[in-house]
Amino acid sequence: MTTTESVSASVPSRTVVTRPLLAVDGLGVEFRLRDARVRAVSELSLTVRAGELLAVVGESGCGKSVLAHALLGLLPGNATTTGHAVLHHPGADPVDLVTCGQRQLARRVRGRRVGLVPQSPATALNPVRTGRRLLAETLRAHGRDRADADQLAVDVGLDPADLDRYPHELSGGMAQRLVTALALAPDPSLLIADEPTTGLDRPLVDHTLDLLRRRCENGAAVVLITHDLAAARRVADTVAVMYASRIVEHRDTDQLFTAPAHPYASALLDALPDRAFRPVPGDPPMLTALPPGCAFAPRCPRRTDTCADRPLSTPLTGGGTVACHHPIPTGATT
Amino acid sequence: MTSAQHLLADEVSVGYGRQVVLDGVTLRIGRGETVGLRGPSGCGKSTLVRVLALLHRPDQGRVSIDGTAVDAVRYAVPVALRTRVAALFQSPRAAADSRLSLIDLIAEPLRATRTPESAVRERVAELADLVGLTADLRSRRPHAVSDGQLQRACLARALVHRPDYLLCDEATAMLDASTQAHVAAVIRDYQRTQRAGVLVITHDQTLLDRWSDRIVDLAATAGARA
Repeated sequence: MTTTESVSASVPSRTVVTRPLLAVDGLGVEFRLRDARVRAVSELSLTVRAGELLAVVGESGCGKSVLAHALLGLLPGNATTTGHAVLHHPGADPVDLVTCGQRQLARRVRGRRVGLVPQSPATALNPVRTGRRLLAETLRAHGRDRADADQLAVDVGLDPADLDRYPHELSGGMAQRLVTALALAPDPSLLIADEPTTGLDRPLVDHTLDLLRRRCENGAAVVLITHDLAAARRVADTVAVMYASRIVEHRDTDQLFTAPAHPYASALLDALPDRAFRPVPGDPPMLTALPPGCAFAPRCPRRTDTCADRPLSTPLTGGGTVACHHPIPTGATT
Repeated sequence: MTSAQHLLADEVSVGYGRQVVLDGVTLRIGRGETVGLRGPSGCGKSTLVRVLALLHRPDQGRVSIDGTAVDAVRYAVPVALRTRVAALFQSPRAAADSRLSLIDLIAEPLRATRTPESAVRERVAELADLVGLTADLRSRRPHAVSDGQLQRACLARALVHRPDYLLCDEATAMLDASTQAHVAAVIRDYQRTQRAGVLVITHDQTLLDRWSDRIVDLAATAGARA
């Protein structure tokens, strides 16, 4: 979408691009519980370019929020993270977010280089400080003028007068806009937005999505984690569909919405009210007991005996990847 | 009009302190129809649902069920009357007692009306199947299930008394597309078999067009006030 990408327009695969900002390779997250192991993210690989807006979509409980927290080192103590997630930064050494340690993350990465819009603003705001103090604190910590607070509030669609309220005096939607302003204050090169539009009505949803889109025009990258397919379609450059801890399809937004290749992606789109409005049949598997083969096979109309083996992520001719033994033929291949 | 089969909010006005939220609003939900309600944030949609669900006493006007005026709210309404209206809210977390397992959550309204335990168990199992709660989920408490799974339990709870009217206030807004379609399908099936009246509130125009038989604009109902 940005000028830097125009040279790579003819390169078919997204993985071979000029300037990946974030390169995730073989990321895995496992939680140890008393009597079980929960595999929330498995062998996940993707790249995000500067200026790209990537949407990660999927049913609730598929592991998409855990992915966000893993990239910021915010997982609880019973989580084990494996693999690599290398963040490139202009004028600085690349940092591996998985292995660099909490000290490095806290001092150099969180906020400044990777921002997070958290999922539930009610639990993310300090209840004894006004919005203005929270914002001033963040601005000062990152060497910016506290007078920028009003402009940041306006940018996210919040009346500057509401900054003088305490978090409990804000509606859910106003609190959501405040945490968005806090995440944007340090101007991070990568912003991870975890369901940033819940609790907002339609005009504010559109406003927030446009705000994220504008960050990409300015060369930053955004990872939008959402269950709202309409939102993903509106602003994302590429969409990664996650199912049972894995990315099953990652393609350009238009291609995915017009001709999904993975049977799960297709079934998920069919659930939209302007399409068949039909739920995906069956239930998603428990993350504590994932099958060795394709996790979608029990619900899949295209399954065969081959699906007992795990399908690997393979490139599609029209660009993008799909992890399926029997992908739906897309227009690009025939 | 006394024999008419509808849930009616008649010239209802509600204010919180000095702020008027609803000003002489009339809304009729007939048996067997799905009414979509839309309006901007803060126009009083959720307050209207609370009035219709007999949870909030209007300052003026009244609610009637099939022509029977209801002059009380909450537990002051006779059981036979109040169990005919059920509501499903946006946030299942806020609407669920975190100490109860999903199965007890669904059973609670039946136990509140002293239904025999054998009948409770049978009805709860039937509803858990209907909304697609698998056996391993039923004994879990809310913190151990996803929002979508918890909202399914809340839907089962709403249907437990076989209400004639079901009010859905942004009930699918926080759900993924598949769970939304599933919840909507269960409600639509229930509406057909029970000939229930359903009120659907959502900001999602596509969903409103697909789901409702007719659409009411609350801002327009309430006159010039936005």
